Amino acid sequence: MIKHDVVIVGSGLAGMRAALEVCEGLDVAILSKVYPTRSHSGAAQGGIAASLGNSESDSWEEHLYDTVKGGDFLNDQDAVEEFVKAAPRVIYELEHYGCVFSRTPDGKIAQRSFGGHSKPRACFSADRTGHAILHALHEQLLKRSKSIKIYSEWYMHSLVLDGDRCNGIVVSDIRTGAVEVMQAKAVIFATGGYGRVFNITSNAFASTADGVMAAFRAGIPLEDAEFVQYHPSGLYRQGILFSEAARSEGGYLLNGEGERFMDKYAPSRMELAPRDIVARAEQSEMDAGRGVDGKDIIHLDLRHLGEARIMERLPQIRQLGIDFIGVDCVKDPLPIQPTAHYSMGGIPTDKFGQVITDAEGTHVKGFFAAGECACVSVHGANRLGTNSLLEAVVFGERAGKSAFEYAMKVDHAPVNESHEKTKVLEQFEGVFQQNGDESYNDIRNQMKKVMTENCGVFREEKQLKTCIETIEKLQEKFKNGKITDKGKLFNTEIYEILELENMLAMAEIIAKGALDRKESRGGHSRTDYPKRDDENFLKHSLAYKTDDGIEIKYKPVVITKHQPAERTY
Amino acid sequence: MIITFKIKRYNPEKQGEAYFEDFKLDVQEDLTLLDCMNEIKWTLDGSLTYRMSCRSAICGSCAVKANGHATLACQRQATHLVKGDTIVLEPLGNMKPIKDLAVDFEPFWEKINKVSPYLQPKQKAPEKERVQSPEQFSLIDDSSTCIMCGSCHSDCNVLEVDEDFLGPAALAKAQRFVQDSRDGKTLERVKNLSKPGGIWDCTHCGECVERCPKPARPFDRIKEIMTVALEQGVTNNNGARHALSFTKSVKSSGRLNENIIPVESVGFFNFRGLFDLLPVGLRMLFKGKNPPVFHKSIDEVEDVKRIYMELDE
Repeated sequence: MIKHDVVIVGSGLAGMRAALEVCEGLDVAILSKVYPTRSHSGAAQGGIAASLGNSESDSWEEHLYDTVKGGDFLNDQDAVEEFVKAAPRVIYELEHYGCVFSRTPDGKIAQRSFGGHSKPRACFSADRTGHAILHALHEQLLKRSKSIKIYSEWYMHSLVLDGDRCNGIVVSDIRTGAVEVMQAKAVIFATGGYGRVFNITSNAFASTADGVMAAFRAGIPLEDAEFVQYHPSGLYRQGILFSEAARSEGGYLLNGEGERFMDKYAPSRMELAPRDIVARAEQSEMDAGRGVDGKDIIHLDLRHLGEARIMERLPQIRQLGIDFIGVDCVKDPLPIQPTAHYSMGGIPTDKFGQVITDAEGTHVKGFFAAGECACVSVHGANRLGTNSLLEAVVFGERAGKSAFEYAMKVDHAPVNESHEKTKVLEQFEGVFQQNGDESYNDIRNQMKKVMTENCGVFREEKQLKTCIETIEKLQEKFKNGKITDKGKLFNTEIYEILELENMLAMAEIIAKGALDRKESRGGHSRTDYPKRDDENFLKHSLAYKTDDGIEIKYKPVVITKHQPAERTY
Repeated sequence: MIITFKIKRYNPEKQGEAYFEDFKLDVQEDLTLLDCMNEIKWTLDGSLTYRMSCRSAICGSCAVKANGHATLACQRQATHLVKGDTIVLEPLGNMKPIKDLAVDFEPFWEKINKVSPYLQPKQKAPEKERVQSPEQFSLIDDSSTCIMCGSCHSDCNVLEVDEDFLGPAALAKAQRFVQDSRDGKTLERVKNLSKPGGIWDCTHCGECVERCPKPARPFDRIKEIMTVALEQGVTNNNGARHALSFTKSVKSSGRLNENIIPVESVGFFNFRGLFDLLPVGLRMLFKGKNPPVFHKSIDEVEDVKRIYMELDE
C-alpha cells in the first residue's frame, strides 16, 4: 500500500495550486492520468479575472455583481464575495511565481474586456493564459520536487470512504496496469470537467468525469449538473476553442446574411454579452436558417483588426485557424458554432473546498475538491469567461489549506487494502473477460450525438426524455462490449472504456437534472419553460445515487447583497 | 482519399522486435493526423497505443514521427502529410519506446530539471506585480510558448550521439529565465549553460526550429543565451572561445584561419587540450589536408570590416 499525508488527484491549475499549499510540512502526492503540463487548464486562452484596475478603475464589488448577474443569480454570494476579493492577491502571487503576463506600456499586468464583465479585468498572456499559468505552477512544483511526489500517468478508480471519512483512493499505473491503494489522511479532487459526453466540445480527451463519478458512486451527490456552458466560438464540427478574447479584441459575429446579429439579443454588450446569451443567439440564428451556407456555421470576423493586432494579441488563434481548417483570420472569417465547454456543476463543496453531502452542509471528513470538478457555487447558472482560471487558483489554494489543516490534526485511518483493491481488479477483469458484440466506439459516438442534439443549447421535455432513454439503452449495451487489447502494458484502450462508463453515468445525471429543472436560467434553456422561475427554482439541484436510479433534491441559494433581478444586457 | 498508414508497432509483452503494420483509411479533407490515428484505434485495432489529450496543439501529448520527422499529430492535416498514398508513423526519436508510438519521457523531464526551470527573483516580491515592460516581456514571449511536446528533442542531431547534451527543449526553457528581467541569477545560469552539454554543444543544424510546432524555436533561443553569455563575459570555455576566435578571424581576414581557431578555442595555455589536438593535426598533415601556413586575407576584406562596423553600431 502506498502512503502519503495528502493525495491530490488532477494536476491542472487547481491541483497544482493545492499542492503548493500543502507541501510545507506534509508528505504530498499529486496524481494525473496525463503528465501535469498536459492538463486541460493549459487550453484556456483568454485570461484570468481580477479587479486590479490596471487600465480602468475597478473594484471587487463590481466583479461580484457581474459574476452574480452573469450566473443568473444562482451563485452563492458569500462564496463569490470571497472569490472576487481574493482575486488580486492570487494574480500577484502568480506573477511573483514567474508567470508570464502581457504588459501595459508602464509594465503592469495588461487587462482586457471580457463577456459579461463591465470593466476590463481579464489579465492575460497573449491568447495562452492557461498555458502560461499552468507552466508557472509546474515550475514551482519542480522547484519543490523533494516534497511533492508526482504520479504521472496514473488513473484514479475510486474513493476509499469509511462512513463520513475519506481514507484514500484506489489507483492504477497506466504504464504497467498495476493496481494500488493510496492511503491518505486527506484527498483533494481537482479532476476537471466532463465535456467529452458531448459530440461538439472544446474539451480534451481526458475530460471524462472520472473524479465526479468516483464521488457520486461513493454516495456523494452532484450539484447543478444540468448547467453546462456552451462556448460561442468553437471551431465548426471540431469544437476546439477560439478564445472569447477574439471578441474582446473587437471581433464581430456574422450570420449567413453577413449581419451583425447580436444587436437583436444584447444591444448594450453586443458580442461581449455572457456566453450563454451569445451561444443562444448563434443557435437561434442557425435554427432560423440564417447560418452560413445554410449550415450550423456562424462567422467570427477579425479582418478589421488588422494583422499587427492579431499577431500581438491573438497569435495562437490565427495559427489554429491556418493549421486546422486552412483559414487565415487576417484574410477570412472563421467558421464557428457553440461548443460544450464548461461544467458549472460538480462535487458540492463549501467555500473552503470541503466536500459536503447535503443542504445542511454535512462534511465528508478528509475529502476536498476544487476547480471545474467542484461546485462551490461561484458561477451559478452560467460562468463568466476568465472566472474559471481564477476559481481553480483561488479554490485550489483554499482546498489545499483546508486539507493541510485537517491532515495536521489527524492520523491515517486503517484501510482494508485487499478489499479495495479487489473491487478494482474485478472491474478490470470484467472488461477483459467480457466477450460481447457491441463496439465501445459506437456506444461512445451515440452518447455524444444524443447529448449534443437533445441536451444542448436549447432543451425541451420530449427531447430530454429521448435522451435519457437512449443513454439507458447505451448503458445496457456497454455491458455487452468487447475489448481488443488484453495486455497490461500501457493499455490505453481499457482506460478509455472505464472513462466511457463514467461518461454514460454522467450524461444521464446531466439530462435528468435538465428534465427536472422546469425553467430557463443561465446555461440551461428550456424552450417549453422559456422564463426564469425564481419562485420554484431559485435553488441548487443535488443528484443522489439511489437503488432506484438518480434522485434529485435541492438546496437553497445563498443571497447576500444582490436580490435576483431581470437579466438584460 | 485512401491513405495507407504504415505504423511501427512494438509491444514487448508480445514480442521483442518492432515491426510495421499497414492500416488503410478513407480520409476526408480536414481530418487531422490524430483524427486518423483515433479512427484506426477505435475502428480497426484497439490496441494501437499513443498519447493524446487536448487536440488543439497546446497540451503537447501527441507528437510522433510522421514520414521520419517529429510532428504534432493533432496540428497537421493528414492529406498534407501524405507521400504518394502513404504516411509512415513511428515513435519519437532519442527516447525509448514503451509501446507502439508511446515513448518514455523521463529523460526529457530530467533534462528540463537540470536548468533550474523556475524564476529565481532578484529581490523580495513587492506588494503588487513586478514591473516588466512590453519590450522585456517580448524577450521571453516566444520561449514561453513551448508545450514540451518533445519534437525538437526527438529530432535533435546532437542528442543522437551525445546523451549528455541538455537538448533544445531544456535550453529553450533555460532562455525563458536567462532573459526574464525579473530573474536574478542570469550570470550563474549562463555559466552553467556554458559547461559541456550546454549551449556550445549545439551544432546549429536548425532541425529543432523546423520541428517546433510553436513559436518557441529552440535554436533561436540557444543563440540568445550565447549572446547573453558573451555579454556577461562568460568566455572561459571552448565554445565561447571558438565563437570569438571565429568572429575575429573573419573580421580580420574575411575567412577562417584554421591553424589558429582550434588553438584559440582550447586556449593557448591549455596544454592538455592542445595535446589532444595533436593527433588530428598530424593526420591532416600526412594526408596533405593542412591549411596553408601563411593565412591570406580575401581581396574584399575591407568590405567585411565595414559590415562588422555597421553591425557593431
